[in-house]
Amino acid sequence: MDPIQQAMLKKSHAAKLERRGKLISLFCISLIVVVVLAIFFFVASRGLATFFTNKVNLWRFLSQTTWSPAVKDASGQPQVGALPMIVGSFGVTLLSAVIATPFAVGAAIFMTEIAPNLGKKVLQPVIELLVGIPSVVYGFIGLSVVVPFIRNIFGGTGFGILAGTFVLFVMILPTVTSMTVDALKAVPRHYREASLALGGTRWQTISRVVLRAAMPGILTGIVFGMARAFGEALAVQMVIGNAALLPTNLISPASTLTSVLTSGIGNTVMGSLENNALWSLALLLLLMSLAFNLLIRWIGKKGEIK
Amino acid sequence: MDAKKIDRLATTILYLIAGIIVIILASLLGYILVRGLPHISWHFLTAPSQSFKAGGGIGIQLFNSLYLLVLSMLISVPLALGAGIYLAEYARENKLTEIIRTAIEILSSLPSVVVGLFGFLVFVLQFGFGFSILSGALALTMFNLPLLTRNVEDSLRQVSFDQREAGLALGLSRWETVIHVIIPEALPGIITGMILGAGRVFGEAAALIYTAGQSAPALDFTNWNPLNIASPLNPLRPAETLAVHIWKINSEGIQPDAAAVSAGASAVLILAVLLFNVLARVIGNRIYKKMTAV
Repeated sequence: MDPIQQAMLKKSHAAKLERRGKLISLFCISLIVVVVLAIFFFVASRGLATFFTNKVNLWRFLSQTTWSPAVKDASGQPQVGALPMIVGSFGVTLLSAVIATPFAVGAAIFMTEIAPNLGKKVLQPVIELLVGIPSVVYGFIGLSVVVPFIRNIFGGTGFGILAGTFVLFVMILPTVTSMTVDALKAVPRHYREASLALGGTRWQTISRVVLRAAMPGILTGIVFGMARAFGEALAVQMVIGNAALLPTNLISPASTLTSVLTSGIGNTVMGSLENNALWSLALLLLLMSLAFNLLIRWIGKKGEIK
Repeated sequence: MDAKKIDRLATTILYLIAGIIVIILASLLGYILVRGLPHISWHFLTAPSQSFKAGGGIGIQLFNSLYLLVLSMLISVPLALGAGIYLAEYARENKLTEIIRTAIEILSSLPSVVVGLFGFLVFVLQFGFGFSILSGALALTMFNLPLLTRNVEDSLRQVSFDQREAGLALGLSRWETVIHVIIPEALPGIITGMILGAGRVFGEAAALIYTAGQSAPALDFTNWNPLNIASPLNPLRPAETLAVHIWKINSEGIQPDAAAVSAGASAVLILAVLLFNVLARVIGNRIYKKMTAV
């Protein structure tokens, strides 16, 4: 082979660089996928041990109301009833979403439809700052302001679902608001013009045209907020009272999946039933976050078709 | 009530809602700063914390937070760059890419406590790192990676396609085009995202409780040998961060001045986050000006 032919057939320096670069980037992205799979594998293998190794009945786990894994009941079954935590988690999540939604949607309408200038100069930075405040700070404020406030008004200890709801309300407000703003901004301008041209007032235009068109986006924002509220650990743990009892009212101490996890996992021995039961709660948390993800996808698909 | 009156009423209510939100933030910030700022002093910022008596500082925790931040950014930034480049430049629109995107979405929506527990299981127990800065940094990387990756991808996508064509037309490979042409132009966006990510990492606690640990052993700030257990640089020592410290003293602390210490620490945390926000804006703008000669 003559040298020219050899040079032509050999990979150029640039081609080698290209190959190497592509491999590097492929490696990075595969690492992320592997991490996600590993999270599912490890949490599931621990969480399922409660049911396969310790032979706890899944239905009992979800429906019993007594959570004291170290104690066995009359029939010799360990008492791992996760219902109080499940109720607590869903309680704070739903309540905070119910309170946050009108505020978030209202603020978003204000920022896009009523006073865009004021919205951009004042509300936008406010929302961005609220996102940035660390969750322990919310927890601390909840502990030193919200809990005593509730105690003074309703009596009791002040710890409970109501305090958790207040803290989560402020935490998810910015998330829902900024996603609603995006959804409202995505509504084409001529929708508004058409409605105004028909003689609709601004509010009629907003409520009957803009909000309807933006509905899938707004719902996505709300579900995102709920996912965040469901998974929030420390801020809730600090104000909810951490009593694994089925909540009977909003101001008695309760607990959530995350609060039991954060306070319990360090005090149990790896591989014991107490520990496995906590991992089952973590698995439940993981599955719920997956469910929220699917819900968001489903809403997105539904919204596309219209 | 006629339509016009309803319109006016609705407008008033919307103004009210906007006002309430502004008041909520103002009172939050006001409360933290008014309660916390008087407590901040040089002593508070540098002294070690006290477990049983008043007068403890947050010196070690503050250093731990910063060190953990630097370490986790050192791990996550290159990974996020690589992953973002893959998604923006190399990924084709097919099933595999869709799976990758779903994985990133799931990772970004995972509760941070679950990420922390996974870190506990894998890094602390399986790999034997123990409660350490290294475990914490790896857990924070997992927590931060999806958002950083998405930010890198978005920033790269904003660069016009002409730039890529120009690079390729000059005979550069795709990789060289990305490294020498696209990334410099996307840099302001990338850096802004990184700084905001840093703010998020700085305030994170749930992922750290069971990875970086909840204790802050005394450090010898004259010993900079990373292999020594008392050295501040040792990545295998347990390290309670500022955010974890606030949680810890509020949920199980017995210091008589727990409320004051947490108010002071919260104020420091908030000021740091504010600083990150401002920095993100200023540095982003400045780099943009420098790079684009506007």
